[in-house]
Amino acid sequence: MLKNIDIEITKDLIAEHGINDEEYAKILELIGREPTYTELGIFSAMWNEHCSYKSSKIWLKTLPTKGDRVIHGPGENAGVVDIGDGQAVAFKMESHNHPSYIEPYQGAATGVGGILRDVFTMGARPIAAMNALRFGAPEHEKTRHLVSGVVEGIGGYGNSFGVPTVGGEVEFDPRYNGNILVNAFAAGLLDTDKIFLCAAKGVGLPIVYLGAKTGRDGVGGATMASAEFGDDIDEKRPTVQVGDPFTEKCLLEACLELMATGAVIAIQDMGAAGLTCSAVEMGAQGNLGVELNLNDVPTREENMTPYEMMLSESQERMLMVLDPEKEDIAKAVFEKWELDFAIVGKTTDDLRFRCIYDGMEVANLPIKDLGDEAPEYDRPRSEYPAPPALGDIPADIDPAASLMTLIGNANGASRRWVWEQYDTLIQGNSVQIPGGDAGVVRVEGADGKKALAFSVDVTPRYCEANPREGGKQAVAECWRNLSAVGALPLASTDNLNFGNPEKPEIMEQFAQSILGIGDACRALDFPIVSGNVSLYNETNGIGILPTPAIGGVGLMADWSKMMTQSFKNEGDVILLIGKNGTHLGQSAFLRDCLGRIEGDAPKVDLDEEAKNGAFVRGLIDAELLTASHDLSDGGLAVALAEMSIAGNLGATINVSTDLQTLFGEDQARYCITANSANIDSILARASEQNVTIVQLGTVGGDRLMFGDALSLKVTDMRVAHESWFPDYMTAEAAQ
Amino acid sequence: MKSAVILFPGLNRDRDMLAALEKITGHKPHAIWHGDAELPKVDLVVVPGGFSYGDYLRAGAIAARSPALAEVKKHADAGGLTLGVCNGFQILTEAGLLPGALMRNRDLKFLCKTIHLKAENTTSAFTNQYAEAPVFPCPIAHHDGNYQVDPDGLKELQDNDRIAFRYCDADGNTSQAANPNGSIDNIAGILNKRGNVLGMMPHPENLIEKAHGGIQGRFIFESLVKAVA
Repeated sequence: MLKNIDIEITKDLIAEHGINDEEYAKILELIGREPTYTELGIFSAMWNEHCSYKSSKIWLKTLPTKGDRVIHGPGENAGVVDIGDGQAVAFKMESHNHPSYIEPYQGAATGVGGILRDVFTMGARPIAAMNALRFGAPEHEKTRHLVSGVVEGIGGYGNSFGVPTVGGEVEFDPRYNGNILVNAFAAGLLDTDKIFLCAAKGVGLPIVYLGAKTGRDGVGGATMASAEFGDDIDEKRPTVQVGDPFTEKCLLEACLELMATGAVIAIQDMGAAGLTCSAVEMGAQGNLGVELNLNDVPTREENMTPYEMMLSESQERMLMVLDPEKEDIAKAVFEKWELDFAIVGKTTDDLRFRCIYDGMEVANLPIKDLGDEAPEYDRPRSEYPAPPALGDIPADIDPAASLMTLIGNANGASRRWVWEQYDTLIQGNSVQIPGGDAGVVRVEGADGKKALAFSVDVTPRYCEANPREGGKQAVAECWRNLSAVGALPLASTDNLNFGNPEKPEIMEQFAQSILGIGDACRALDFPIVSGNVSLYNETNGIGILPTPAIGGVGLMADWSKMMTQSFKNEGDVILLIGKNGTHLGQSAFLRDCLGRIEGDAPKVDLDEEAKNGAFVRGLIDAELLTASHDLSDGGLAVALAEMSIAGNLGATINVSTDLQTLFGEDQARYCITANSANIDSILARASEQNVTIVQLGTVGGDRLMFGDALSLKVTDMRVAHESWFPDYMTAEAAQ
Repeated sequence: MKSAVILFPGLNRDRDMLAALEKITGHKPHAIWHGDAELPKVDLVVVPGGFSYGDYLRAGAIAARSPALAEVKKHADAGGLTLGVCNGFQILTEAGLLPGALMRNRDLKFLCKTIHLKAENTTSAFTNQYAEAPVFPCPIAHHDGNYQVDPDGLKELQDNDRIAFRYCDADGNTSQAANPNGSIDNIAGILNKRGNVLGMMPHPENLIEKAHGGIQGRFIFESLVKAVA
């Protein structure tokens, strides 16, 4: 019989662990006695929102996760998708929101470290990273400090580890003042016949701990990520982990070397809730019990208790089940990379999760129930309020000034200041770096032509106005960005950032967004193969904008056909694929030029998306285009300005210059350019495929001109576009 | 040309360098783990880029004091061609094979972008293929690339044609505006006195094929092939 040798289990202690009365009653029923302090910690780690998905699971189950190319969907460390030639791509996106607000450098750095570990745990060498960042208003007192720390942290970890960062998003909005979002994406390359999973196999086999030593950092981190912030936020600093990219790089190389020897039977990284979560998952997934001897866990601090060891979130650690016959080979690899390793336990046949410390059992729990019996809630939802109606737009708007605002303000300006701090070129395979529609990375080991494209997208203001359409739009925009470079979209990962799910309107927002994501993923054959949920992004009762970020992966047969958005040649013809702009509700124009947040989100016609995307990819594959760019924030005018700035060439555009045409954010649209000799062929294809297409004008000169209504010098647009970020950040030094 | 690449834990452009050497020279380079102190007999030894030992003490400081570097030093002292790129350059300065030091970038930030380089010496074993087009775009990716040396040391470099590459603009002007990291006299790469050791911050190994947007990085390796022929 287990007894509490250290601490009495009181009502307050249970509440501090984020376990409610109902959940505690379930614990008593499952184990038939009072839990020990260590066991209480284990339950809190396994049953908090972050690890158990207790509020979200019921909705996540509605997402499409299967497809012809999907090898592993959600449930593994990362999703795995077949890319032909015996190769596969493993990828996932994960949030590190709460820690990054408290300690931006380390929070963001360890977010990158965690997602890279998820990918190489599968046996994949990481080949690309992205990140989706959301900060508060630029004028908010903390914003500069957070931007600077987060960007430096992402770079500090990813650059040292050696993965190219090829894409991402940065957005500012006052709704993130108290809760920034740091979502990190990573993708890795592996062979389809060498995928490593976490399910343990075989009884009595050694469980090996590998990597950095265990410290007290991050104890209770996953529990923190499952609660709102209050005014005591700064007191939570000790729950943020500290990253060590050097150890992680060694861990990567050691793991890949070890996997190649055939010594690894099962492997699981220690992420949220550290040793607890990884050991339980290994056992439960393999239908085995696990016994850990905590005295053998390498620790970096003295007198660590079993409770602290089980809940530590120290970084750069792995758990493996090894083939005992290959223990010497394994040992040689660990020693070469000077990594700590220790046999900390064994697999058993009794389906119990046992922890022994100083010869005494400090935990003895039913291993399957820890995951399977975790609470699951169908939280109440309330009707979602309609957004305020779109009011009249004044007649005296100057379109040129509006366009300059849109390309030169906090949300429209170039992100060069950010991505130049990331190593975008390492590994020598980056064929399109940030700044374009999607990042593109060449795939090694095939014919030298194959490449993968990556994009991460969401428009939070659409999701708030209309969660269902906003969910669809996030998927559609990501899918469109991949299509715009010429890649066939294969599959996606979601990072669902929302407020407090215990509020019925937030729960409804969450549910509707997921339904919208599901609609779009089904219609566009773009299954969700991995993901992460971050709830309770609220401070003092104010929630973030709903932000379900979608990270997508696309495949190109031949990267030399890849498109970029820059205008290339004088005389090229510019065409718009899709309908003329009409929709100003929730547009960037309305928000940034008029300071108004009104109207419904644009409707997403998924059939139109599928049709237009296939059309663009066909044109690119037939080598009929010279540039391609998707239309999103700021509509047609912003897209043309970006193409112009990127190519350092102007254009003459012959369309009506009403605000809807210029700045409307209707979906399923692309802007392309082509040599005039190819126009007949492009129009014929469009007519065959029933695609709406219109000629807009011609590339040339040093001004972007829409008739008489709007004429801007490319150099002036570039200055506006490139200045905002560096000016904003250097104002910090001046303060 | 036979070559060897020295591997320290934490380096991460080793695979880029190994691939470049193999593609250009046609021979698979030796990949030498730092713990295996014996260096094979080769024409060229390369210390590639990355973050050896995490750069935790000071960029390159720990690797510079390893037994493997003593072997590299022996090779260089005997006149063997030796190339250090990025962290490799930092390691070679820390080891005393090249003068000066690499400090934090002027803006105190990691910087990855394509800048322009001018080959100032187009006769060395490393740069003899740059005479026709000495100005070219080249990627950099570093946090500590701000090269500094004392006034006598600088004069020594200038007077003896030991500045291999300088940062410049697209027209070849070595202006301050074209200097990405604050390095003295826009120095991007230097040679040792004997001309058999080159250290440089930019990454020629990431500029060798169409996919990289340019092939001017090849000329360093092709210069070496010519020099040993």
